[in-house]
Amino acid sequence: MTRYDSLLDACGGTPLVGLPRLSPTVPEGAPPVRLWAKLEDRNPTGSVKDRAALFMVRAAEAAGRLRPGDTILEPTSGNTGISLAMVAKLRGYRLVCVMPENVSTERVQLLRMYGAEIIFSPAAGGSNQAVATAKQIATEHPDWVMLFQYGNEANARAHYETTGPELLHDLPTITHFVAGLGTTGTLMGTGRYLRDKVEGIQIIAAEPRYGELVYGLRNIDEGYVPELYDATVLTRRFSVGTRDAVLRTRQLVEVEGLFVGFSTGAVLHAALAVAHEAARAGRRADVAFVVSDGGWKYLSTGAYGGTLADAEEALDGQLWA
Amino acid sequence: MAIEVRIPTILRSYTGGAKVVEGSGDTLNDLLTDLDSRHSGLRGRLVTEAGALHRFVNVYVNDEDVRFLGALDAKLNDGDSVTILPAVAGGAFGFAAAAAMAQHVGAAPAERRARVTAS
Repeated sequence: MTRYDSLLDACGGTPLVGLPRLSPTVPEGAPPVRLWAKLEDRNPTGSVKDRAALFMVRAAEAAGRLRPGDTILEPTSGNTGISLAMVAKLRGYRLVCVMPENVSTERVQLLRMYGAEIIFSPAAGGSNQAVATAKQIATEHPDWVMLFQYGNEANARAHYETTGPELLHDLPTITHFVAGLGTTGTLMGTGRYLRDKVEGIQIIAAEPRYGELVYGLRNIDEGYVPELYDATVLTRRFSVGTRDAVLRTRQLVEVEGLFVGFSTGAVLHAALAVAHEAARAGRRADVAFVVSDGGWKYLSTGAYGGTLADAEEALDGQLWA
Repeated sequence: MAIEVRIPTILRSYTGGAKVVEGSGDTLNDLLTDLDSRHSGLRGRLVTEAGALHRFVNVYVNDEDVRFLGALDAKLNDGDSVTILPAVAGGAFGFAAAAAMAQHVGAAPAERRARVTAS
């Protein structure tokens, strides 16, 4: 279907494209190993988060938590805010985003363009400052509605009801699903759906490993695991450093012409690892991974050019995923 | 030959400030015991009294999460690289703000968690 009544109706239904040049070559007669990219940057605001934003708002409306004119408050470092801003605009809500200073300028410009208000949390203050800012705002405005993407079941359900079925429809022979781990919504929802439908499916998480500045904890007990996370949905989980993420991001555009954000580079790194394992073992594999957004919002980091070391340094201390 | 272990900032008080230390062991459990003999107290920050990995600690062997490799029983080989990190899914800001909000909104996240578990 290529005609929709409104932009919100155009959410999802993204293309799945093969990557024949990046897929491992296997000996003649050996079972094929193929990589597939699910182009979530083809959503209305250019990221996978449109699915979750739309489902979370609809669920809150259905539950009577959200009424026209209400204010939505969400802590977000970018894409969820942009998606919510678009949905809020079209459904008649005001959106206030709380975000750290150390995100790219494009994200801030996009949010403002969509009409969101932004409250910055000082990057230098680290997590403790962010906690203080978030607590203060929530206390001052008890009537604001927080959709809380980290614990909102509609976030994962969006993927159970849309991303998962789309993947299975387009690739019935799927053997591996790989996606980034943040709120965990994409992996939990899509992973549960595919586990229900495909015997032996492997669900693989790729988690960004940031520079040390980002892990500004005082002690281990300040850590956080999103309420949505259920480790039993996953079969493996990889930590991918900045250098590998940048390397794969560049490789994707150089070899296959796909221009993506750095979190997708991290996901590709994990996808290639499992694809090459399958090829070495002589096993058939159809590895589908999520392109969570395009590279446009990250150009100002400068990490698409120069040496890998330059790029790594440029991204140090930034939330690149 | 030895196993290289990367220590996060918040645990370097146990390693005299060292970012990287070396140890040995056939399993992660053995390695942590070996490390504790030289960096006393480190093991106690990573493993609970019940003998499981701390909820907010992630340990990776060659970039792969050990919870999917047998956790403390995960097999190790000389030359492996082990990375210890605090759990901060969703980025530092995300987890911090979300944790704060979760406390603030009280029961709401717990209710949602219950529904997720049931589904």
